[in-house]
Amino acid sequence: MIRRTLPLALATTALVATSAAAQDVTLTIESWRNDDLVLWQDKIIPAFEATNPGIQVKFTPSAPAEYNAVLNSKLDAGSAGDLITCRPFDASLALYDAGHLTDLSDLEAMSNFSDVAKSAWQTDDGSASFCVPMASVIHGFIYNKDAFTELGIEVPTTEAEFFAALETIKEDGSYIPMAMGTNDQWEAATMGYNNIGPNYWKGEEGRLALIAGEQKLTDDAWVAPYATLAKWGAYLGDGYEAQTYPDSQNLFTLGRAAVYPAGSWEISGFNAQADFEMGAFKPPVRNAGDTCYISDHTDIGIGMNAASANPEAAREFLAWVASPEFASIFGNALPGFFPLSNTPVEMDDPLAKEFVSWRGECESTIRSTYQILSRGTPNLENETWGASVAAIKGTASPADLGADLQNGLASWYAPQQ
Amino acid sequence: MQTRRIRWHIGVFLAPAVIVYTAVMIFPLFNTLRLALYSKVEQERIFVGLENFRTLFFDPIWAEQFWNALGNNFWFFIIHMLVQNPIGIALAAILSHPRLRFAALYRSAIFIPTILSFVIVGFAWKLILSPIWGIAPGMLDAVGLKFLFAPWLGKEEYALTTLALISVWQFVGIPMMLIYAALLSIPEEILEAGEIDGITGASAFWKIKLPLILPSIGIISILTFVGNFNAFDLIYAAQGALAGPDFSTDILGTFMYRTFFGFQLQLGDPHMGSAIAGAMFAIILVGVCIYLFGIQTRMRRYQL
Repeated sequence: MIRRTLPLALATTALVATSAAAQDVTLTIESWRNDDLVLWQDKIIPAFEATNPGIQVKFTPSAPAEYNAVLNSKLDAGSAGDLITCRPFDASLALYDAGHLTDLSDLEAMSNFSDVAKSAWQTDDGSASFCVPMASVIHGFIYNKDAFTELGIEVPTTEAEFFAALETIKEDGSYIPMAMGTNDQWEAATMGYNNIGPNYWKGEEGRLALIAGEQKLTDDAWVAPYATLAKWGAYLGDGYEAQTYPDSQNLFTLGRAAVYPAGSWEISGFNAQADFEMGAFKPPVRNAGDTCYISDHTDIGIGMNAASANPEAAREFLAWVASPEFASIFGNALPGFFPLSNTPVEMDDPLAKEFVSWRGECESTIRSTYQILSRGTPNLENETWGASVAAIKGTASPADLGADLQNGLASWYAPQQ
Repeated sequence: MQTRRIRWHIGVFLAPAVIVYTAVMIFPLFNTLRLALYSKVEQERIFVGLENFRTLFFDPIWAEQFWNALGNNFWFFIIHMLVQNPIGIALAAILSHPRLRFAALYRSAIFIPTILSFVIVGFAWKLILSPIWGIAPGMLDAVGLKFLFAPWLGKEEYALTTLALISVWQFVGIPMMLIYAALLSIPEEILEAGEIDGITGASAFWKIKLPLILPSIGIISILTFVGNFNAFDLIYAAQGALAGPDFSTDILGTFMYRTFFGFQLQLGDPHMGSAIAGAMFAIILVGVCIYLFGIQTRMRRYQL
């Protein structure tokens, strides 16, 4: 019964409307990046307020896993902040379609971004852009340099070398070869499948072909990554089935694991936690000399709540977010979140520098399930989490997983029928 | 002739409770049921009748999730009935023993988990059972039973039972307290009369006390049923909204939450969510009715 009262309880929060004095405007930012609270408060917001007197900015994040649900409820109830941090693709597109986000195509500073950067926050026909792109994250592997030196392992570039390295670490026994768990499920898909996958489906080529219906999830390019993930299970720690995401982070930063399948967003946290030297390598290619593909995933944008009481101030803030000044502050304050602005930003952090250097060597793509394909029920992204976990645990064969995913997708997505 | 005075005070005294209850319980309940009859098409809310329920029960993708959640929910309930309630009754019987020392201490210690928040219980047990930092593997190792340890919360076959047992640990104090109160209300004379007839010790419990506390056990069963079919918090705190691994701990509460509010890239669907809430309501209603009309009215009551 209590559950049923929840929508009402949320609705009543709408009555507690925020009021702002006319001359001194306060903008509230909704975000899921609660890890970044200090950086916003100490660096980004003061920099904006220094040049824009009269506008105060408040950063009010919620927990990442709850953000979408909380934000949707707040928007429906009318109690959401002026500025909305945008998840990429459909979550934000739905907000725009529902009239919660304002069209920002006429914002002059939008010309600072490439079409690819903007694509995550546009209508399908590209006619309206509703969020200013802020940053992307790049996938790869972070490793413990001390452990690699100690065991005499070279940084692997091919899959064979990668598994040989893991085998050496396992035989030595003083480190867990790879820190990842399947309890929270998403790591298996995000840091597993979508990390190594682009090398199999050739990045954008395969991703767009899947959207167009020219490739199927039962094709070898989409199934083979599961077969590779199945080999990971042997190199994960004892009881990895119940290992959570924070467990994996701690195992690696405590120096108990040698390799960490990563997203670049880990960099600042790891820099603060680990007292050994870290390096990064890109997802190993299948055969030496193959073109490499990396997941350079457009991850964060920021848009304006259509119901904002302070649209002028909000637009001013967004224009500043689109400026090179913001890109430089943001990119260096949050190493691992790479600004999407056309003006390149010089990184100070060596690990971040390593990650961003792959943009020059490899073809960039984004996560395969994010654009369009996770629109229906069953949700392809959520299904991919489960499938990746099953592959690692070995509870289902790669071919069966591919067939299940294809059936699910074909059940609602016309080009795949 | 005297006119009947209108007894305003009845309405005045009833009003606060009726208004508050209507506002926070009755209205949302019926509004949720109403919401289940609509769907959103092209940003417009349209009336679709029972279409959402048809999808829920007969669309293969939805039905599979629904029956999985319902099955898990029954298993969750069965574990509570088979473990929590017998242990609660046994504890109450032991505690009501007149010669037991420190009874008050045990009573409090066993009841304390009940007042803890789900989040604390979920988090604490996740740490205890963690294969990396937990004390469970170490404790089993100390007694030479390390081979029995498994990452229980991460295995499809054990996760739900483990969570049910954690919930039992948390709530065993409630049946214990209710039965304890019922046992204390049994008059001494009856037990003494039994003793004269030669019924002592364990047989006094089975032949005299148990029949007398049967109505309390019935109430506890129905409270357990309602509580379990509304459960959500512990699973969400321990396993998240996807109720992993592979939906093996998904119960109706988490299924509804995920559908109603959305999850990660999955957008919330208030109408399907309400349909699931409606189904939960119906299941609980049927369960309670079976108890009220099928069992309670036939139960023999003894005048004490």
